[in-house]
Amino acid sequence: MAATMTAPLLSMQAISKSFGGVPALIEASLEVMPAEVMALVGQNGAGTSTMIKIINGAYVRDSGSIAFNGQPWTAGSPQQAQRAGISTIFQEINLIGYRSVAENIFLGREPRRAFGLLDWAKMNADSAALLARFDVRVDVREPLERFSTAIQQMVAIARAVSFDARLVIMDEPTSSLDEAEVAVLLRTIRQLKADGVAVIFVSHKLDELYAVCDRVTIMRDGRTVAVSPMAEMSKLQLVAAMLGRDLAEVKKKGATAFEEGTGNIGGELLSARNISIGHKVHDVSLDIRRGEIVGLAGLLGSGRTETARAIFAADQKSGGTITFDGKPVDFREPAEAIAAGMGYCSEDRKSQGIVPGMSVAENMTLALMPALTRSGTLDEAKQREIVERFIKKIGIKCSGPNQKIRELSGGNQQKVLLARWLCMNPKLLILDEPTRGIDVGAKAEIQGLIRQLASDGLGVLMISSELEEIVEGADRVFVLREGRTVAELDREHITESGVMHAMAHGHDTDSQGHEGASPRV
Amino acid sequence: MFDRAAFFQRYGVGLALVLLVIFNLAVTPNFATSQTLAVNLTQVCTIVIVGVGMTLVIATGGIDLSVGSLMAIAGALSPMFFTGQLFPVPNLYVGIALGIAFPILIAGMFGLFNGWLVTRFSIQPIIATLVLFIAGRGIAQVSTNGDLQVFKVPEFQSIAIGRVLGVPFQVWIMLVIVIVSAFVLHKTVFGRQVLAVGGNEAAARLSGVPVGRVKFLVYFVSGLCSGVAGLIVIAMNSAADANLIGLGMELDAIAAVVVGGTLLSGGRATIVGTLLGALVIQLVRYTLLANGVPDPAALVVKAGLIVLAVWLQRQEQA
Repeated sequence: MAATMTAPLLSMQAISKSFGGVPALIEASLEVMPAEVMALVGQNGAGTSTMIKIINGAYVRDSGSIAFNGQPWTAGSPQQAQRAGISTIFQEINLIGYRSVAENIFLGREPRRAFGLLDWAKMNADSAALLARFDVRVDVREPLERFSTAIQQMVAIARAVSFDARLVIMDEPTSSLDEAEVAVLLRTIRQLKADGVAVIFVSHKLDELYAVCDRVTIMRDGRTVAVSPMAEMSKLQLVAAMLGRDLAEVKKKGATAFEEGTGNIGGELLSARNISIGHKVHDVSLDIRRGEIVGLAGLLGSGRTETARAIFAADQKSGGTITFDGKPVDFREPAEAIAAGMGYCSEDRKSQGIVPGMSVAENMTLALMPALTRSGTLDEAKQREIVERFIKKIGIKCSGPNQKIRELSGGNQQKVLLARWLCMNPKLLILDEPTRGIDVGAKAEIQGLIRQLASDGLGVLMISSELEEIVEGADRVFVLREGRTVAELDREHITESGVMHAMAHGHDTDSQGHEGASPRV
Repeated sequence: MFDRAAFFQRYGVGLALVLLVIFNLAVTPNFATSQTLAVNLTQVCTIVIVGVGMTLVIATGGIDLSVGSLMAIAGALSPMFFTGQLFPVPNLYVGIALGIAFPILIAGMFGLFNGWLVTRFSIQPIIATLVLFIAGRGIAQVSTNGDLQVFKVPEFQSIAIGRVLGVPFQVWIMLVIVIVSAFVLHKTVFGRQVLAVGGNEAAARLSGVPVGRVKFLVYFVSGLCSGVAGLIVIAMNSAADANLIGLGMELDAIAAVVVGGTLLSGGRATIVGTLLGALVIQLVRYTLLANGVPDPAALVVKAGLIVLAVWLQRQEQA
């Protein structure tokens, strides 16, 4: 920052923003120089998307100051931001698929001739010229939806540039692109930079950041925690800053309620080989033994949830093989995986876990219910007996089995969902962020419960973004990076720096982070 | 804490019914007669029967617009069996048995077709069932060449107008259907799965609930219910007119379901509520007519009831 002589194009200082009393940003800051590509990174809940929405006018800040182009700046709406020269390209393209490429580029300010007639010839010619700047040559009269996501993104970028954008914000633009398309997008970003346009690039894919960004701003828990030229920050340092770990810090004990494993680990329970799923997962392999907690670590977008869902058949994998309980399996539906002895707690409790209008009892026995019948009807006495046993066993705080689950706290909802599987006596439990959004007390209880279950012989696959949960909880850890398994760490080798190292580099031991392209094949 | 919105949501329709009866006892002449009771009950029978199927469909988060057209198909086909028009039947009772069983099953098959569109192709239920809403009546009209079929078969017509213990037989049919389906909804695994699918389809699927099969079945049941209702209509009229049987029924049934307190977005449903909802709508209309308010004005009041019910639902969700 110090070396720059020019004034920043965008300067945000001490920005705070709360939603319903919960702070999303706390005195966060961000500065972008003209023609600079700035990486903006952070874990879930770090505040990057709130920051972006404040820049582009979707949200209004509670306090703090923003200067754009040297002037104090407050965007009242995304349209206003766009007119002032700030354009945002979202992950989901917000253009009109059925209209032509040219119409999309000129939407809202179409060139006109006399009598208000559209000047189609000019519109098409200008669109083609604009796109040609980014080496995109398509028939601009075709409907936008005929083209790939990458081309649609180029169109969105061309539209932004045609507004004379000075600053283009890209929110995870590469998450649904394949490798070749990513290359085209990165080239486009370099072109924008050459044309004097600044870019804020939000991505969780480290290689892309290092390939194209000049500097990086790292956010965590609503604060800006680090700003650095990209070349001066190793990938490991970047990951450590994102996760809030000190590299020098030794693994500290006792921050979670996991105790050491009993070492009572049995034979192989599940083995997944070379799993691929669409653009998101390319080559993931992992295995789980009976009585073992296997951690699945990785940054956002590394393919952890996708892998878990594919094992459980919630989504279909596009390649690879799975062996479960000694037999090769190829489940089509979660129901088949459940019948074979799996359970899955989704990371999104609200939209994928609870049935809000139903009682604790009904939610808990949702999977078990078909086995709870007596001459075709639900055996309510048996149901009640099981539900009360689990309420007591794992300490669910509720007024009784008939209380609606939506009235429970997040931690107690999660316990009900765990009990949904425990009452099935599963062999394998897949837990996706089992303690996210849960208060500290309930979190410790759930972690203790997971360990206890494993000691009883259950295999557990645990996804967690909290490093200490992985490090202290897991008997073995697989680290995913951009859709590939890049490391397997044994009990003795699970340390925070080891996991972070694998997240940042894969197998590569080079700690200097500016290699550019992917170090792995 | 007393939750007023939740209270009205749960007991409002029953309360309204009681108030209406008290009001009529006080104001309307000749209200407390078995004649009045029979008239009002026979007016709601077909709405309630169709409403039961509709309640199950809506409980999964769907909707079935084809019910009226499926009634027309069942009603138009039935006389062909018992009048021996399709093939000679050995005796009248065999003909009547076929004339009851086949049309109901055929309506059920069309219901399965709705379920197939909804589950196999993930078509929105309102669009999927619009197909048969339009085509179903056409099928009924084509199969009768658009002719009015008049018949006089008292043995068949007794399903609607025969009386047991002084109560019209169709009322007994309605009560049996209501009781059986209320039992299925509340006491069986299938019933709970219906509500789970409507309450959170993704969670239900991840818990192994056979979401597709559950949806298939509710549309099947809705088709069967429509078939039964279609037969009752022609038995009452001693004529089958494919142009008129079940016309506008989908809206009456949906109105009864909503007024009864079933959530349109799925996940919470009450069969008894649907029965009460239909009774309230009917009794409001009867009250107005019996006290000299013209029918068009009664329609406005009916619309008001629906608005009130939807408003109550939103209060609770907010």
